[in-house]
Amino acid sequence: METLLEQIESGKLWQFPGGIHPPEQKSLSNQAAIGSLPLPEYLVLPLKQHIGANGQLLVNKGDHVLKGQVLTQPGTNWSLPIHAPTSGTITDIKPMPSAHPSAMPELSIVLTPDGDDTWCELETRESLDGLDNKALIDIIHHAGIAGMGGAGFPTYVKADSAKTIEYLVVNGVECEPYITADDMLMREHAKDIIRGMEVMMSILSPQYALVGIEDNKPEAFAAMQQAAKHNSKILVRSIPTKYPSGGEKQLIKVLTSKEVPSGGIPADVGVLVQNVGTLFAVSEAVYEGKPLIERVVTVTGNTIHKPQNVWALLGTEVKHLIYSQGFTPVEDQRVIMGGPMMGFTLPTVRIPVVKTTNCILAPDNQELAVAGQEQACIRCSACADACPQTLLPQQLQWFAKGQEYDKLEEYNLFDCIECGACSYVCPSEIPLVQYYRVAKAEIREQKLEKVKAERAKERFEARKARLEREQEERQNRHKRPARSAPAKDKAKVSEALERVKQKRPEQSAVQAAIERAKAKKAEGDTSALEPDNSAVALERAKRKEQARKYKEEKAGSNTSSAPKDAVAAAIARAKAKKAAQAADSIESQEQDPRKAAVAAAIARAKAKKSGDEPKQGSEDDPRKAAVAAAIARAKAKKAEQAPEQNSVSGSDDVKADDPRKAAVAAAIARAKAKKAAKGDKPATEAVVKDEPEDPRKAAVAAAIARAKAKKAAKEAEQVEEPISEDEPEDPRKAAVAAAIARAKAKKAAKEAEQVEEPISENEPEDPRKAAVAAAIARAKAKKAAKEAEHVEEPVAENEPEDPRKAAVAAAIARAKAKKAAKEAEQVKEPIVENEPEDPRKAAVAAAIARAKAKKAAKEAEQKEKPIVDDKTEEDVSSDSDTQTEALSPEDKRKAAIRAAVERAKAKKKAQEQEGNDLS
Amino acid sequence: MKLTMASSPHNHSLKSVNKLMICVMLACVPGILVQSYFFGIGVFIQLALALTTVSLAEAAMLKLRGRPIWPTLSDGSAWLTGVLIAVSVPPLAPWWVVVIGACFAIVIVKQLYGGLGFNLFNPAMAAYVLLLISFPVQMTAWLPIQSLLNAPITLFDQITLIFTEATYSGLSLEQARQVIDGATGATPLDHVKTAMGQSLTVQEAMDNSAFTRFAGEGWQWVNLAYLLGGLYLLKAKVINWHIPVAMIASLAVCSLFGYLLGGQAGIAFHLLSGATMIGAFFIATDPVSASTTNKGRLIYGALIGLLVYLIRQFGGYPDAVAFSVLLLNMAVPLIDHYTQPRTYGHGAKK
Repeated sequence: METLLEQIESGKLWQFPGGIHPPEQKSLSNQAAIGSLPLPEYLVLPLKQHIGANGQLLVNKGDHVLKGQVLTQPGTNWSLPIHAPTSGTITDIKPMPSAHPSAMPELSIVLTPDGDDTWCELETRESLDGLDNKALIDIIHHAGIAGMGGAGFPTYVKADSAKTIEYLVVNGVECEPYITADDMLMREHAKDIIRGMEVMMSILSPQYALVGIEDNKPEAFAAMQQAAKHNSKILVRSIPTKYPSGGEKQLIKVLTSKEVPSGGIPADVGVLVQNVGTLFAVSEAVYEGKPLIERVVTVTGNTIHKPQNVWALLGTEVKHLIYSQGFTPVEDQRVIMGGPMMGFTLPTVRIPVVKTTNCILAPDNQELAVAGQEQACIRCSACADACPQTLLPQQLQWFAKGQEYDKLEEYNLFDCIECGACSYVCPSEIPLVQYYRVAKAEIREQKLEKVKAERAKERFEARKARLEREQEERQNRHKRPARSAPAKDKAKVSEALERVKQKRPEQSAVQAAIERAKAKKAEGDTSALEPDNSAVALERAKRKEQARKYKEEKAGSNTSSAPKDAVAAAIARAKAKKAAQAADSIESQEQDPRKAAVAAAIARAKAKKSGDEPKQGSEDDPRKAAVAAAIARAKAKKAEQAPEQNSVSGSDDVKADDPRKAAVAAAIARAKAKKAAKGDKPATEAVVKDEPEDPRKAAVAAAIARAKAKKAAKEAEQVEEPISEDEPEDPRKAAVAAAIARAKAKKAAKEAEQVEEPISENEPEDPRKAAVAAAIARAKAKKAAKEAEHVEEPVAENEPEDPRKAAVAAAIARAKAKKAAKEAEQVKEPIVENEPEDPRKAAVAAAIARAKAKKAAKEAEQKEKPIVDDKTEEDVSSDSDTQTEALSPEDKRKAAIRAAVERAKAKKKAQEQEGNDLS
Repeated sequence: MKLTMASSPHNHSLKSVNKLMICVMLACVPGILVQSYFFGIGVFIQLALALTTVSLAEAAMLKLRGRPIWPTLSDGSAWLTGVLIAVSVPPLAPWWVVVIGACFAIVIVKQLYGGLGFNLFNPAMAAYVLLLISFPVQMTAWLPIQSLLNAPITLFDQITLIFTEATYSGLSLEQARQVIDGATGATPLDHVKTAMGQSLTVQEAMDNSAFTRFAGEGWQWVNLAYLLGGLYLLKAKVINWHIPVAMIASLAVCSLFGYLLGGQAGIAFHLLSGATMIGAFFIATDPVSASTTNKGRLIYGALIGLLVYLIRQFGGYPDAVAFSVLLLNMAVPLIDHYTQPRTYGHGAKK
């Protein structure tokens, strides 16, 4: 097995796949020697004629320069200088159309020749003696030499390769049809090219220099072989003519069998490729001291009278070039810079020749037919057969059309060298290369955007983290006082209750009790529902039935006389408890009417256990409750033997004269209940004690609560504010409601529910059930959203101090409730219907309505919230003190109006719903 | 001076879809001529019917889809489909058979999938399968070759058979065949299949006077004529060698094994009977529905050959090219996915 080196030495060539054989058309322009042109009127020298950065201007407008004088100073970043191609005056420095498919303007120096063509001083040398690599690279750099095959890569950068170069490949292939610039250069200047090669070889010290020349240029091949005879390290190879064997990657494959890795450069496989034109320029720079100021350009095509290669000064306009060779434009004339396969059409002929311009092609429409209509791809895959990169152009085309960029990359779009072979062979005349160019550009852009977006995201996340941190800190600051407060809170609650009781006379004491009970019951129901959705239908049916029963019972029990009611309620409670003793350990305690009261207290306490039920109690009319309690107690005592515990007796005593005391007693009872249940006593006691103490703290807590509430539920705010307005009368109630909501949420505990259920059943009247239901809804919401709880709790704490806030909190709770427990609403609705009279019920109804509205239409939420407000308004009737802080009087009015409207709506809705539910 | 802008490349090979299609149709000519020599002038009537129908159907569909009619119709792909359908149906099949087939091929298989380039299945073969399944009697009513006929069916009889399904004297096609042949089911593949069913050996079956050497009088010449056309297509670089070579090679290998192991029909019989050659060079190579990578084409062709053998040998139908091609059409996306060539500069994965 021969080594690669031996194979190369023996002249072995490899093949690349694909490739095409378009008409060569080279004989048009390679029959005459390289001609020269008359000096043009002016030269346009773009500062940038290569890949890399501009040099810095060294001349000013009006300066006179000599031929070969440097015009720009190279800086870093692959920048190259440009030189004056002839002596003359700088007449302008401005952006001019450049040699680019879009003729995008580039800063250019306009030089008007003086006609003398006077050289500046040139440093010539006979040999490389005394020049180290750095000096040579410097010379190449300052001569402004860039790759002259097309890409324009700065030659000094390549020469300065950090990697070991095994093979210097010299590209004399010139596979593009029509172009003969390199061909003629090799024929006429083979020696100089070889000298240039030797310069590069002395810098890079490769094992071999391989010259590739297509076998359609026998003269050039012979000339090069002759010139290279003396150097055994230079191997001149004639390679089969096939487009695009002059492509860098293809030539490397043909001459060395190596493949440049995807995304890599030839140096990665120890190869460096130079174009013969570049090497000629290197030779001129090193030996003659001449910078790169002119190059060979093929001017050809059927519209050119004298197609030929010419020495063109850089900066010569295409117009000068083609008219000097004789040019007769045809219809739809195209002027192509470069060859027919990879060149680009010029939008104007006033574009200068630059370092990479190897051909100006002005074809007529017969020799290069104008592209036809694109037809459907028939998947013949002639393109794949032609592709020198073994891509699947046909598949790429589908993906490009579908903008499937991932797929495009998967199918190696970026390995496409845009040689145009696929488009050339496509029977459907699909402009494949154009599709790829567009897709590449889009992918590049997307990647850029992605990078940008990622940066933005990072920034955003950093900011978010910071804000969260800050918020947390703030919350922590607020929480500490809030937590220390619960005892106080409760105290406040009970205080509030007391006050309320005083204010509010008899009517609904019983109702309050009932309400509480019902709420509990409803809760129980709903909680039962929650776990099992499948049972929902069944439950609903049950509920309906219950609702009916309630109605009947209500009618029977006749709520009108308050005391009776209270008594009845108490009795009912007691009975219920009795009946349900077995079920509930708690209930079993109360054989007796008093006990009923106590039981109520206990129940409340239990609620507190998990949370805040006492507040619930406050919801109903506290006074009535107190009264009822008193009555119940009295009866109980009378009827009864064993007066229960301190709490009961105490409360009895007090109640007669002082409703407040009753409230206090109730609180105590509750506390005791708790104790019994939990052993929580100290806390409750503390609560009681604390109550009166510290209104300021409460205020603070209220503030915190407000803040939290706002944060947590911004949508809810709207709802809440109106609510607060509406409940001017009874701010405490709102507070209570909030508390209840909280409590329920906490409940979670199932025993509590059990207690509640029986109770609720017993209470026939039940206007307040609606209220209860609302509370339940709220509670559920809380359950669902536990994080929200702390927000609400502080609110509750604040209650006494800041009723409005409490109201707000209540509203929030309600809102949440709606969201979380949709089934619960169904329960409540029927209830609501039954109690048209009672304002509290209206409140409840409002809650329900809200909930329903949310369910049905989430956008409608805003509407519903006002509804809520209105109802509360109804029952409470407006009171100016309690109005929301937030709202101005005008707002209030508006709110009132809205409220009215909403009320109407709510009622309608409620009716409808009831109809639905009951029917 | 106003210059015209265009994107590179500015040169084109001047190949076109139209030229490709015409080339393929020209390559069919020897086969058609031989077919008409052996089986009567009916094939030309079928051709006329098919070409008319596909043109009308294509034009109508293009109009419905709001596409330019002539530029697309003139790409010739529809005509090629018509030709392939016409040569696949028995020459004396009733006129409506070929009309239904041509309509189905163009309207459903081709245009409803999006037209040329988008059809998953080879339209001609899908149509053939439709006809074979729907009208098995008409579709298998091949005549014995003319030279076996005692009294050749006249041109006029052929025309009336096609259009009225009876000869001038009122005989149905079935009767005409019986009268002439004394036996029905006259294609060699049919015959062998039937014979095998009767537990005869292939040799016994082949001894029947209907067959001379190889694959039976007539059919081998038809196949050789299509082979000739196929070679022309290869020479003209209209098709790549991968599919026909893979298909024929795989069929040959299979039948060789069959012959050696089980005394089944030999290689020559399989290669030169039925639709083997037209299938290998004209049908399986349909670019739209075939695999598009070279490795994929080898697999595609080989699997078609294998399926043809298996269905002929063990399946319920005497010939199997259409079924095999359609089955492999379905596998094309998979094959293409797994046979992507290695791109220059990429490691030898894929």
